[in-house]
Amino acid sequence: MMIVLIMPVILLMLFGFAISTEINDIPIAVVVDEYTPEVRHDLTALENNPYITLTGVIEERDVDKMLRSGKVSAVVMMRDGQRNVVLDAANSSMSVSAGSYITSILRSGTMMPLAVTTYMRHNPQLKSAYNFVPGVMGLIFILICAMMTCVSVVREKETGTMEVLLVSPIKPIYIVLAKMVPYFILSLINLATILLLSHFVLDMPISGNLPTLLTLCVLYIILSLMLGLFVSTMAQSQVVALLICAMVMMIPILMLSGMMFPVENLPPVLKQISYIVPARWFIEAVRKVMVEGLAMSGIIKEFSILCVMTIALFAGSIKKFNDRLE
Amino acid sequence: MRSILPILMRKEITQFRRSKVLPRLVVMMPIMLVLIMPLVTQMDIKNISVVVLDEDRSLLSTRIESHLANSDYFRTQESAYDYNQAVELMDQGHVDLIVSIPAHFERDMRNGHGQPISLTANAVNATKGGQGIQYATQTIISAVTEIAAESGLIVDPTSNSSSSLITIQNRYNPTGNYRHFMLPALMIIVLLLVCTFLPLLNIMTEKEHGTIEQINVTPVSRWEFVLAKLIPYWLLALVLIGLAMLLAWAVYGLVPAGNPLQIFLGAFLFSLCMSGFSVTIANISNTMQQAIFVLFFFVIQFMLLSGLFTPISSMPIWAQWLTYAFPPRYVINIFRSVYLKGTLLTELWFDYTMLTVLAAFFYTLATFTYKKQN
Repeated sequence: MMIVLIMPVILLMLFGFAISTEINDIPIAVVVDEYTPEVRHDLTALENNPYITLTGVIEERDVDKMLRSGKVSAVVMMRDGQRNVVLDAANSSMSVSAGSYITSILRSGTMMPLAVTTYMRHNPQLKSAYNFVPGVMGLIFILICAMMTCVSVVREKETGTMEVLLVSPIKPIYIVLAKMVPYFILSLINLATILLLSHFVLDMPISGNLPTLLTLCVLYIILSLMLGLFVSTMAQSQVVALLICAMVMMIPILMLSGMMFPVENLPPVLKQISYIVPARWFIEAVRKVMVEGLAMSGIIKEFSILCVMTIALFAGSIKKFNDRLE
Repeated sequence: MRSILPILMRKEITQFRRSKVLPRLVVMMPIMLVLIMPLVTQMDIKNISVVVLDEDRSLLSTRIESHLANSDYFRTQESAYDYNQAVELMDQGHVDLIVSIPAHFERDMRNGHGQPISLTANAVNATKGGQGIQYATQTIISAVTEIAAESGLIVDPTSNSSSSLITIQNRYNPTGNYRHFMLPALMIIVLLLVCTFLPLLNIMTEKEHGTIEQINVTPVSRWEFVLAKLIPYWLLALVLIGLAMLLAWAVYGLVPAGNPLQIFLGAFLFSLCMSGFSVTIANISNTMQQAIFVLFFFVIQFMLLSGLFTPISSMPIWAQWLTYAFPPRYVINIFRSVYLKGTLLTELWFDYTMLTVLAAFFYTLATFTYKKQN
């Protein structure tokens, strides 16, 4: 089970460092018909901009080919004093940024400078990690914990040892809890390494108080273990239990938790669905505690929702477990 | 002698159909991902709650305010007396952006000096904060330009004419529909999940039930055994991609700009790659749970680092090099290029070649790790 301890560390490091939504080094090319002073001025401006990489001057007939093959994301055509920016808008969100960078560079010489200063509260360097580290924590904890416990009951069913347990005088609640304990300890070790790494290596602030953060994380771990257990009592075979925990749950957790896409704009029906994704509440609460520095009173809503979910899953598993007894 | 392959394949298909969950799951996957998930993939952030602190009370500042109020991106319900109260509202989560216009801003701007407008965004979510600032700046620019044009306030007389000479042309996705960009990626997630998890669990079931040992003592060669398992999944992958393409066309009106056969070729090579990969993992694992952990470890990296959700070009260089070993990287490029830009086969030769090379690599690895005896 070494992999259970090493995997979260590698994933957190990898995602914490590598995932970024910042757009820089946009490769562009230019088409020039005549090197007037204005054109030279614009070329220097484009060359010196850190967000843009000027790859070269191309012929007009190659514009489509360069864009289509993905060698450049934009072409600036400089003809007769006009500037025509042709964008590869396949990735529409990226092309909007590219377009506004390029126009602001081209305008800079002539347009009056607009006096605006900006402050990024809580995250002055606009680090994507502030967004992704809570996201990755929410994703890794729930999936790994659920994958650990989801085979526990169903494996006993498959190998036939379940009958032995059921006829023994031990109460089902003890069997269930005993199954949780080793995984709970493993998860606590994971929690410790993940928090240490995200604070000291990924520079995640812990602005709120640590006990609040720990309580929240431990609650989430228990919830995740219970989720695995619940799947285990429902599933008919190990294959199904693992498929549900590893494959089926991954998609809603990735897409509906607010980690990748903002949950505020979801269509109403999907918004309702996102309410039952535990990671959504956890990620929001972790962001509040770690980045914004709120205390328990600030995350009371998220915390109580996670509590209710845990109790519901626990009750569900016990009930399902008892059903087999009768 | 008749080949054993068709018989083994029939066994696989029968087993698959006999399962209660698997066939349903396989049909539900593309429907979930291609039908519903595109609705989630909306990067545009709307309803940014903005507070304007106007100490200027000039024509310009009221114009900025009304531009913000009329924008789709902003909501201006909240109000505050001063900056501190606005920040308090931001910390409570009621306000995302504070625009504060200093006193005498319009007058000072005419003279070309003075205090700037300050924008404060809640940047806990960096993307959201950055976007809010970007939209607000654009809105303010348009308000300023409008006033400047009306009152002849423009500092440089050439600027008005020259800025109108910059035109922007969006190619390949003229409506700027982000869903069209994400749909091909979501199709790939279907393939990625189906071609890895299912073959892996299939082989591991045989291992755990001990039936693999019965096969091992028969004269069935290891290639026949593995091929009989994988061929159904290759076919399934093609069927699912066909289904996903139909759904994308019927629901979102998205059809490939290029040759659909290129999509199928990419999907086929990708399913070869991924199934070879999962056979390798099955070979080196002892229990089903262990195998799933290892596979999950890689699949989650494939999902998050291959350019599906965030661009590869914004990752650090070492991570970009790492992605050259990830098969999804190539197939995503193929799908998106063919779907949106109609890129030709010859222009995508690198991606197709790399997929073939990786497929060959994984099958070599699978052959070396497969042992008939324990």
